[in-house]
Amino acid sequence: MNMITERADQAREFFRPDQVWPFLVPPQQQSVDVSKQVLLYIEGVNLSFDGFKALNNLNLYINDGELRCLIGANGAGKTTLMDVVTGKTRPDTGSVYFGSNINLLEHSEDEIAQLGIGRKFQKPTVFEAQTVFDNLELALKSNKGVIATLLSRLSPTELLRIDEVLQIIGLQDQRFMLAGALSHGQKQWLEIGMLLMADPRLLLVDEPVAGMTPQETERTAELLTSLAGERTVIVVEHDMEFVRSIARTVTVLHQGSVLAEGSMDQVQNNKDVIEVYLGEEA
Amino acid sequence: MSTSGMLQSVFKDRGQPGGRVMPFVIILLVVTVLASALNLLTPEGSALHVSTYTITLLGKYLCYAMLALAVDVVWGYCGILSLGHGAFFALGGYAMGMYLMRQIGDRGVYGNPLLPDFMVFLDWQELPWFWLGMDQFWVAMIMVLLVPGVLAYVFGFLAFRSRVTGVYLSIMTQALTYALMLAFFRNEMGFGGNNGLTDFKDILGFDLQSDTTRIVLFLLTAGFLCAALLTSHWIMNSRMGKVILAVRDSEARTRFIGYKTETYKVWLFVYSAVIAAIAGALYVPQVGIINPGEFSPINSIEVVIWVAVGGRGTLIGAVVGALLVNYAKTRFTAILPEGWLFMLGALFVLVTLYLPKGLIGLYSQLKQQLGAGKPAAAGTGKSSSAAKTEGAGA
Amino acid sequence: MKQILCISLWLMGCLMPAVSYSETLTDALESPAATTRTVPELVQELTEKSLTQAVPVLEALEQQGGEEMLPLFRTMLNGDLYYVKDTSQVVGKTDTAGEESYADILTKAAVTGLGSRDVKKIRVNNTLRSYLRNAIARIQLSSANPHSREQAVLSLLSELDNDTVGQIREARANESVEEVQQAMDLALAMYALDQGSSDIEKLDAVEGLAGSLQPEARNMLRKYAEMEPDHADYSARVSAAAAKALERIQEKVEFYGFIDQLFFGLSLGSVLLLAAIGLAITFGVMGVINMAHGEMIMLGAYTTYVIQQLMPNHIDLSIWIAIPAAFVVSGLVGVAIERGVIRHLHGRPLETLLATFGISLFLQQLVRTVISPQNVPVSTPDWMAGTLQINPVWSLTLNRLYILAFALLVFFALLIILKKTNLGLNVRAVSQNRAMARAMGVRSDRVDAMTFGLGSGIAGIAGVALSQLTNVGPNLGQSYIIDSFMVVVFGGVGNLWGTLVAAFSLGIANKFLEPVTGAVLASILVLVFIILFIQKRPKGLFPQKGRAAE
Repeated sequence: MNMITERADQAREFFRPDQVWPFLVPPQQQSVDVSKQVLLYIEGVNLSFDGFKALNNLNLYINDGELRCLIGANGAGKTTLMDVVTGKTRPDTGSVYFGSNINLLEHSEDEIAQLGIGRKFQKPTVFEAQTVFDNLELALKSNKGVIATLLSRLSPTELLRIDEVLQIIGLQDQRFMLAGALSHGQKQWLEIGMLLMADPRLLLVDEPVAGMTPQETERTAELLTSLAGERTVIVVEHDMEFVRSIARTVTVLHQGSVLAEGSMDQVQNNKDVIEVYLGEEA
Repeated sequence: MSTSGMLQSVFKDRGQPGGRVMPFVIILLVVTVLASALNLLTPEGSALHVSTYTITLLGKYLCYAMLALAVDVVWGYCGILSLGHGAFFALGGYAMGMYLMRQIGDRGVYGNPLLPDFMVFLDWQELPWFWLGMDQFWVAMIMVLLVPGVLAYVFGFLAFRSRVTGVYLSIMTQALTYALMLAFFRNEMGFGGNNGLTDFKDILGFDLQSDTTRIVLFLLTAGFLCAALLTSHWIMNSRMGKVILAVRDSEARTRFIGYKTETYKVWLFVYSAVIAAIAGALYVPQVGIINPGEFSPINSIEVVIWVAVGGRGTLIGAVVGALLVNYAKTRFTAILPEGWLFMLGALFVLVTLYLPKGLIGLYSQLKQQLGAGKPAAAGTGKSSSAAKTEGAGA
Repeated sequence: MKQILCISLWLMGCLMPAVSYSETLTDALESPAATTRTVPELVQELTEKSLTQAVPVLEALEQQGGEEMLPLFRTMLNGDLYYVKDTSQVVGKTDTAGEESYADILTKAAVTGLGSRDVKKIRVNNTLRSYLRNAIARIQLSSANPHSREQAVLSLLSELDNDTVGQIREARANESVEEVQQAMDLALAMYALDQGSSDIEKLDAVEGLAGSLQPEARNMLRKYAEMEPDHADYSARVSAAAAKALERIQEKVEFYGFIDQLFFGLSLGSVLLLAAIGLAITFGVMGVINMAHGEMIMLGAYTTYVIQQLMPNHIDLSIWIAIPAAFVVSGLVGVAIERGVIRHLHGRPLETLLATFGISLFLQQLVRTVISPQNVPVSTPDWMAGTLQINPVWSLTLNRLYILAFALLVFFALLIILKKTNLGLNVRAVSQNRAMARAMGVRSDRVDAMTFGLGSGIAGIAGVALSQLTNVGPNLGQSYIIDSFMVVVFGGVGNLWGTLVAAFSLGIANKFLEPVTGAVLASILVLVFIILFIQKRPKGLFPQKGRAAE
């Protein structure tokens, strides 16, 4: 019975008039309610893969406009957490709210992206067979229905926006190069640029400086810091120097739950953190 | 707006997806019109005369080319390797066949005004419900589009929703056409069983055997093929085309930037199925028969190799591949019938191993090597940039 | 498994005694002819007497020869008894595969050089046939072998009369073997029902027939159950009792019908298992869809054919040679395909699919050109032919039984190879994490080749088994590739147990749908079911566990 209603819901969703005739109904985006200053609520989330607890009663709140760093050893659940927030993986229990009004667990990946949550993968993934320009055009904040994309043309403002982002990520000269021909660092930047194109409220950035030169790292740090305030950014990173250079608040994950939270100095002096990370050495 | 946009995108080469289509379309149209004129205007014995047999053969090739185009649209651009497109082709063909069957009227062997011969033979008393209305040309034409379209929609909906991809999807499509083949072989299905539908007399009152009808059908096929080429080219150069390419290269990324990828895939699949169905509907009156053999998985998989030979993801490649391979097949089977399957088998292996981009890929590679002075990639990049700035200025 | 072995052993036991007649025959011939005419003389008389005069001669023969006369009577009953025109020698004709041959009916010595014009048939009519049947039954009833005594009773069921019933009653008194007793009781009950004088006697008889599955008993019961009230023998009580008994029998028949379907389902499942198991290895471990897998099966079947052509006089042995030969042939072809083509397409599954499809076309055409485009005959060894009659309504086809056992054997052998051997360890390592396995020093390309060889080799073995069940032709493999793939996907990629369960459940489902929907619709329904199943559980019944499987 449940399945039937589920299918029916899916079918209804599929025939939604605003998807078939997007130009008749202007896209209505549910606006995020951040009146309580918190953008992301993650409460009591549990997730296990065949007995392995990837997330263990995880509670995490991210304030609006914050730049938050997540650190932790491999397998601490950082990437899994991002999977949960972006809808790739469903948790076994718990709730994930975007603002105080949008339940993210009810939405699919694409809907979550349209709500204003952008994600950069650990391994840079860009559309290698298309140009840098096309990559950015695809990521543009716009109606993403089938008919709309079929008939869409770039407006002057959109074109300006692309140019602007190209400038931010420093790829103006490569705009018509195939993305596959870019260097590793450039791909990372392009991916960040794609996030920016979508004009998101919340950015999830997984290991942004992996494989970057020190100069590139520095520029990335600058970029991410400049983004905070207007947008909310969550960064997962192993490079402690980098974390120190950007972080205001750091959250330490350990075995799927939060071990400590605070400024970099506070965290480094935290008893539990020392025990977990330095315990064996001491 | 859409038409002008379409024309604009067709004439302007906006870079990689599809390449230049318009010159090819013009050549194709000129050749078909010329062939038809030579058939109608020159006397039979003349050196320039193109026989009706040749015209029919060419018409058949063009239908195959359209089918190949349909496969290329999903495989080359979206990475959906369909091994069951023959099913949509055959369904379109059957819908057309049903209309032609009803047109026979009482001229059949048994002279029954209502029932086709095979039903009389099976001792059926009345038309099955799905044959009703098929004597109307427009009903039949709607069915040509509707039946394969709906099947593709349902299949695509189920498969893409549950994120079945890669070889799984390929085998599923193959299973689909296999199941349909088994079903259509049954007499009880009401589609003539083993023998299929044949012995057609005329279409819309025109004698199917006459030269003029055949020429018209041939020209129609060419026209539809060109229309399909242009439409596909337009789609692939729109932003939708970019989304489709994005789905092919990284479906997860496409989803994370906010596109409902399964919707794109489903509608592309339906579009492709409808093209295949139209090809099937044009094929049947020209060859004069449709039987369950058209559903056989090997037919569908052969189409894939036409596309691979020509070069997938290039539209023109699919058409060129289909024409070349089928011409080779006709010539080869005439000389050495047993040899053809060896050839075909070797073609599969050699093309996948040594010619992953097909003949079109080979051609542009050669061109690039010859004109080494000005790198081709940068060239297309420039022209594409020009197109974009123009678009923005408008 | 154990049961199957028991059944087959029991069956061999039953077949053994059937060989013993001719040895005792010569003794009988040499013993002095006591009273009037000797057996050979009597046999000679058969060639001279007319149809009406033959019965006394046969009576005399029966008295003189006893059990030794069975071959003669049987041959005569079948109308295969002839005499040579020139010498009047009486011969029996045997017809094997269109080749007629003659042998002396008494000495069994082959008589060569006879054509159909050199011999004349010793004719039989219905009277003689009836006499012969009874005589055979009489002789068998006194046979030393309980199995032939039982058969004798059963063969008499359709024509019970006073004489035969008398004989049976007599024999019943001395009978000690339970099965024979039951058969005799059945015969007596049938006679009692038919000829009994009182209702009580008849009701008793109905009771005796109630459990029997013999068609004759059922016919008799049906006759009474459906008897019209105006019939002379009609009795409401008997009729009702017969109807009830018939119902009980019907239930039993249905039950065995169910079991029979189950067996056919298992048999189909075993075929699917054999076909799919090799694919499960190549696809599960290497992630490679080998569209030429069906052709590996076909090569196995053709290997069987070629081996039988090479040793036409040892068909029984040929299978034992064909199994390893098919493994080697298909395995080597598999290794060649892997080395020559698949290796170069690593990480491009769709291209691999196309290339292997090309190979399958190539191999099919190769067989068509080199051997024949037609189906080729593959003979079944004697020990695999025939059926195992469990009861009158249920019999098992022997070759299916053997193939079922064989499929399980192959399955468990493979399981052991994967679990216990070094190769298996490497294969599992590569299948779970190729990169890590390489880092640990596993030569993954070698393992790939070996895996592919193993998978293809097993497909070859499957071909040997299939050659015993279906026609062997160039298209043999094609029909199995989709089914095999379905089995692997349904069971869960990379899980052999899943393949086992999937093969048998699909086989059984198919056979149970068949009577309801027809064979074609059944396979369509199964296909549709799997497509829908994949919707719900894309990783099959038993998915590979862990994050690595993502």
